[in-house]
Amino acid sequence: MRLTINGETREDVAASTVAELLGELKIQPGRVAVEVNLTIVRKTDYGSFSLKDGDAVEIVSFVGGG
Amino acid sequence: MDFTDDQLMRYSRHILLPEVGGKGQARIAQAKVFIVGAGGLGCPVGYYLAAAGVGTIALIDNDTVEMSNLQRQIAHSMQTIGMPKVESAKKTFEALNPDVNVVAIQKRISKDNILDLIRDYDIVVDGSDNFPTRYLVNDACFMARKPLVSGAILRFEGQVTTIVPGEGPCYRCLFEEPPPPGLVPSCQEAGVLGVLPGVIGGLQATEVLKLVLGKGEVLKGELLIYNALKTSFRKVKVPKNPFCALCGESPTITELTDYEQGYCSM
Repeated sequence: MRLTINGETREDVAASTVAELLGELKIQPGRVAVEVNLTIVRKTDYGSFSLKDGDAVEIVSFVGGG
Repeated sequence: MDFTDDQLMRYSRHILLPEVGGKGQARIAQAKVFIVGAGGLGCPVGYYLAAAGVGTIALIDNDTVEMSNLQRQIAHSMQTIGMPKVESAKKTFEALNPDVNVVAIQKRISKDNILDLIRDYDIVVDGSDNFPTRYLVNDACFMARKPLVSGAILRFEGQVTTIVPGEGPCYRCLFEEPPPPGLVPSCQEAGVLGVLPGVIGGLQATEVLKLVLGKGEVLKGELLIYNALKTSFRKVKVPKNPFCALCGESPTITELTDYEQGYCSM
């Protein structure tokens, strides 16, 4: 499947849900917020939120330092 | 307001700008800005706002200056090691610009004092170094309807956004809840490039001045992410989240919370 992740196109994504995508990218879900096609995905929905070919995904890290 | 000859000289490069002018400079002189944290971000934000002639700048921080701060916290110096950070920064800002009234508050910000502290200010700037404070400041600004210019840094990455209550998303719309304690490291644990807060703090100070002047476009509904290693800026559009516990359609947060101490050890 093809996804645009943080502005960069990736052709070879195997994941079909947000949770699987984070797993595939080796990103700990607790460290990020995720947006798909300009909708914020709630943490509790990561497992059930399906990704479609062509989706634009933004994965934003928690940054808390000052 | 009437400017003295010295002030006309000091602010001449501002006054020359059609977007600022004498009127805009007078607005800057009347502005009251509240800065949370006198560290990596609070130093450059306060420093530039003092230079710009912001009339009243409050700084809140409970810490004292340490040697390890000096790599990035540019308002402090060898002479102020051991001094409360807010006093050290006040000294620096007032030396730069005696027009500015710097209010130094050496306290820990909490759910019990934050609303009283920010009440008299127009704009709040978040330069804090921990997640409990970030959520507290976001929630308090939403409740008090104060615009919030939020900045954060870690390693080589910085983030900036401007939250205008009632006009866009809040911090919780994107980041629903603080990350579990220990999962996201602090600068103390993971390091930070010393110049990074200069970039992010400079952007925050710019957002403040645009809010004061009512000019340009602020980062409302957008999170700006800066990667210092790649020299890249990325803007992520952040929609208002209908499920947001604070500003969504069925809010569940109606009072302020101090998140548990565990988060503070970050």
